[in-house]
Amino acid sequence: MWTTKTFLTKTKRGNILKIVREHYLRDDLLCGSAACNICPHKDDEFVLASNPESICALFEYPHYLVLDTNVVLHQMDVLEEDALTNVIILQTVLEEVKHQNTAIFQRLLEIIGNKKRKFYSFVNEHHKDTYIERGPGEKPNDRNDRAIRKAASWYASHLSANNVGGQFPKIVLLTDDEGNRKIAQEEGIVCCSVKDYIENVNGFVGLIDKLSKNVIPESCSKDALYPAHLTPTQIHSGIRNGKLFQGTFHASRDNFLEGTVSVNGYEKPILLQGHIGINRAVDGDMVAVEIFPEEEWRKPSDIVLEDKADDPGDLLEEEAVLLNTAKPADNNKDEITPTGKVVGIIRRKWRQYCGILMPSKFPGATRHLFTPAEKRIPRVRIETRQSDILAAQRILVALDSWPRNSRYPLGHFVRALGPIGDKDAENEVILLEHDVPHARFSEAVLACLPPNDWTIPEEEIKKRVDLRSICICSVDPPGCTDIDDALHARPIEGTTADGLVKYEVGVHIADVTYFVRPNTALDKEAAARSTTVYLVDKRIDMVPDLLSSNLCSLRGGEERLAFSCVWEIDENANVLSTKFHKSVIKSAAAMTYEEAQIAIDDSARQDQIASSLRVLNALAKKLKRKRLDNGALLLASPEIRFQVDSETHDPIEVQAKKIVDTNSMVEEFMLLANVSVAEKLAAEYPQCALLRRHPAPPPANFTTFLKAAMQQGFEIDVSTNKSFSASLDKAQIPDRPFFNTLLRIMATRCMQQAVYFSSGTKMQDEFYHYGLACPIYTHFTSPIRRYADVIVHRLLAACIGEDVTHASLLDTKQADSICDNLNYRHRQAQYAGRASVALNTHILFKNRVEIEAAVVLSVKRNALQVLIPKYGLEGPLYLPSDKFTYNEEEHFQICNGVVLKTFDELTVRLSLDSTNLQHRKLVFQLVEPHIPGFSYVPEQAMDVDAKTEEKKEEKVEAKKRKEARDTKVKKKAKK
Amino acid sequence: MPGPDLLSSQGLRLDGRRPNELRRIKCKLGVFTQPDGSAYLEQGNTKVLAAVYGPHQAAKSKSSTDGVVVNCQYSTATFSTGERKNRPRGDRKSQEMSMHLRQALTAAIKTELYPRSQIDIYVEVLQADGGAYCAGVNAATLALIDAGIPLRAYACACSASMAWRAGQPEPLLDVGHVEEAAGGVVLTVAALPNTGSIALLEMSHRLHMDYFDVVLSRAMQGCRDIEIILDRAVRDHLAEGWTKQDIVTI
Ligand SMILES: [Zn+2]
Repeated sequence: MWTTKTFLTKTKRGNILKIVREHYLRDDLLCGSAACNICPHKDDEFVLASNPESICALFEYPHYLVLDTNVVLHQMDVLEEDALTNVIILQTVLEEVKHQNTAIFQRLLEIIGNKKRKFYSFVNEHHKDTYIERGPGEKPNDRNDRAIRKAASWYASHLSANNVGGQFPKIVLLTDDEGNRKIAQEEGIVCCSVKDYIENVNGFVGLIDKLSKNVIPESCSKDALYPAHLTPTQIHSGIRNGKLFQGTFHASRDNFLEGTVSVNGYEKPILLQGHIGINRAVDGDMVAVEIFPEEEWRKPSDIVLEDKADDPGDLLEEEAVLLNTAKPADNNKDEITPTGKVVGIIRRKWRQYCGILMPSKFPGATRHLFTPAEKRIPRVRIETRQSDILAAQRILVALDSWPRNSRYPLGHFVRALGPIGDKDAENEVILLEHDVPHARFSEAVLACLPPNDWTIPEEEIKKRVDLRSICICSVDPPGCTDIDDALHARPIEGTTADGLVKYEVGVHIADVTYFVRPNTALDKEAAARSTTVYLVDKRIDMVPDLLSSNLCSLRGGEERLAFSCVWEIDENANVLSTKFHKSVIKSAAAMTYEEAQIAIDDSARQDQIASSLRVLNALAKKLKRKRLDNGALLLASPEIRFQVDSETHDPIEVQAKKIVDTNSMVEEFMLLANVSVAEKLAAEYPQCALLRRHPAPPPANFTTFLKAAMQQGFEIDVSTNKSFSASLDKAQIPDRPFFNTLLRIMATRCMQQAVYFSSGTKMQDEFYHYGLACPIYTHFTSPIRRYADVIVHRLLAACIGEDVTHASLLDTKQADSICDNLNYRHRQAQYAGRASVALNTHILFKNRVEIEAAVVLSVKRNALQVLIPKYGLEGPLYLPSDKFTYNEEEHFQICNGVVLKTFDELTVRLSLDSTNLQHRKLVFQLVEPHIPGFSYVPEQAMDVDAKTEEKKEEKVEAKKRKEARDTKVKKKAKK
Repeated sequence: MPGPDLLSSQGLRLDGRRPNELRRIKCKLGVFTQPDGSAYLEQGNTKVLAAVYGPHQAAKSKSSTDGVVVNCQYSTATFSTGERKNRPRGDRKSQEMSMHLRQALTAAIKTELYPRSQIDIYVEVLQADGGAYCAGVNAATLALIDAGIPLRAYACACSASMAWRAGQPEPLLDVGHVEEAAGGVVLTVAALPNTGSIALLEMSHRLHMDYFDVVLSRAMQGCRDIEIILDRAVRDHLAEGWTKQDIVTI
């Protein structure tokens, strides 16, 4: 019980504080080796094998490896391979890693947790024989190196001490620090560099490729191309005395020699130009910048500059040629931006990047360039002997370092994702680049699932309200297999005081929390994923398929558990009462929007389903009217859906999404349910209710939009959402029915993102949802595909006494961190969805050229952003600056008297540019209005058109043969 | 899981203790000659002095026929924390602590033996490194014993807090300053472990009901462990035979 042996204090100096901390040393810590018979191990506490087989030719006797901190930090990809086993991770190392890089730390914990790998974490800092005190004047790093050596030699003597037979594992210390190796050798510790060790490993092909490149210290100036970065201390004092600024580096998408950093104290982001100005910063890094005196400030270049295709070796190009560095002649002060240079890196934000290998021109070379898919990331030099195989693949590469004498950052190959152009490989790229967790569900997660033939137990039915006899139905997009909501409506006895007819309306949501219990592996996985991600031809589920498509999905004719929200509503759609309860339901029909619409319109149908749909539809219209009167915005975004070939999964047709009445019918009731739940939660949990808010957009967002509307003769009042909504309604052009939709599409772009938050973190008046014009809102209706709804279900169940609470649910801090993750994942899911649409558009237009009507969404300096209403596609139509003049004040482009401005209707030619495999893009060419020498002349294209016509016909044939299946793109209730 | 990592993956706390271990406790009875009883106690880096005067005749206004009036004064030395803070004597925090002290100690003293009398207990925190109140109660108990005042049982105080290890709740015993500052809930219990009764229970934040029992039982276990240590100190002190050779004068 009372095991403290020695008592020491550690002193840490803060600013002026002297902090004394206790540090207990113990004698009950185990060495974890099966070869040891001194430590009182229990049977399950042996981690390291008693006679480990050596895989390294340099050390042909059994040994354990001890790693130093830098080896763990830099060689994680090697460690993650199954090659190295029987490794001792010291606490000194573990703590340094944790402090320096949490991502690496997590990966290390993962390895330690894997029993097969035999990684043992030894608590050397609290062991009475291995703890050392920092000597006077000793640097922390040196002290830690000494602690590692101390532990290594302790292990060596500990293991030899109790083995009479002479057979015991030795210790090999892996470190890349030459100085450290020298001292270790003097102390009699066997040591080796990682490179030497790995290069002599037998039997693990490809392990060498994963070696991280050796880090050359910043102070080494041999062949240096770049100026040295400042040391952390210099940066720190520079920032403190105001000479330096810190911020996140954002590389330009268009120009690889340009980037910006937003810093405190400057309204505009700081401009950085050229290799030297950027000085090896990579997009996302936290950097320190020095700002030039005002006379050296420049304006951002408007040119597009891509890194050249061939490897120039370690030379920097003449930048003056590439960058227009001359000061602008015109004295347009607006464009002048504070300019500076990167002087140091505070924190690298490197991750693993997807891309393709550009093999070296020299046969047999091992050094190659890698081009990341993300344009803002520079190309990377990697070493591999498998370049022939990898050249045709999408690969994943990790960045290691960027020494001063290297033109490119150095990295290493992590793994191949699949052949370029292969659908699965391309989807994998989308998922990885958007950080979407998409690995198969682990055994631990699957173990939380009920059996496949699970049915609702009798006692569960007894606990719930039995609604199986009520006619409930669901309405969803076609092909939807994760049905999370169903509805019912029926007239009830009696009238209101005003003599209005009363209805009972219920929204029934899949009871996911019955299956996903808090703090289980399943729950944690769902929380980490946060949302189901929909790609055009693939769905990455938040919860395993058994739940998402079966047990939780409210399928027609099957008994399911549900969480119900039931209202009494009068015929004017006033809510008279609300109640929540868990229930058992049996959906009468799972319909598509169109089926439901037909049932409503078909007056011959008088069955229960049709009549309840009609009631719902009528009430929904009134609800919607009320909402709009309150100032809710009807926004629009072009949504497209693909028809995909059922065998190849390639898209064969694309069309803008059709909207019918029933879409909005379902949406209205989902909104109502969400609002009802939000009100209840906010009242019950002032500190930890999970809500969703939509901040009002700052007025500055509207400037361009208002100007464009003004050009069309409409004055839009954006002072409140109500006035905004009203003036949008009024902005109609009789003979241009699409104009109003277009206006709404553009209005949507001025909005901010709606976000989840915990009620304890915001003031009541910040809860407002601008787009829906309601004071409070949350998500309750899609627990199968959104984790936010799972939490909301738990909170609601707890407050109506149908489920128990658990501690983490009621913790504001935790609720807040859940919200952060939810918001991040939702944003990434949205981007991934868009990337998938772009990918499929490209596949669709691979062999197609079309001429279509288009509208101008916005006018840029060198391009028009155009939208093809038929397909819902949009993209830039580039305008050469030698022909067009850009009017900045009025936002239009002019050429030979032809003015192009926002909302103009054009005809454009669509084709696909595949010259760059990584960045295939749709090319828009102007056809009408005709501008001689610029516009595309259709005569030339007659042949092409004829060809495409033929192809189209073939396609139609193909379509008939193979049953075209609708995609699962499902974007419901998108505000 | 919620809260910062107070437990390493090997199950050790930041200072190297296991979750169920107390900090090192060092104590000494009879450190002053002036008061009727005194004690000095170190619990880790938290150091307190306690002095007891009485029982003596109570001031008229406070006098009670039911039993002795216990008067407590808890104060904190300006140099007790890393940052020097000049706290006026009897500020709100100290007043609150004085009341808590009184509550715990009154429960331990056989008050009915001394009607119309008064006992004054002074507790001074010399160094605060978490759990100063607990150390104060423990020191005061020793000082009362030193003063020869009859007690029902040892009054011992101990704190406990919550941490997580591999997703499982694991209560921590005897919370130090670093753990306290990490922001978790701290449950302080003053108990008479001999009788199993609780004299005072205080919680710094809200704690979910599910965890209350484990945290409380850990704190109670701490009180029992402390009782053993205090008891040994008292016996050692008695064995020294009242020599009072180690008197410290301040
Ligand atoms: Zn051992």
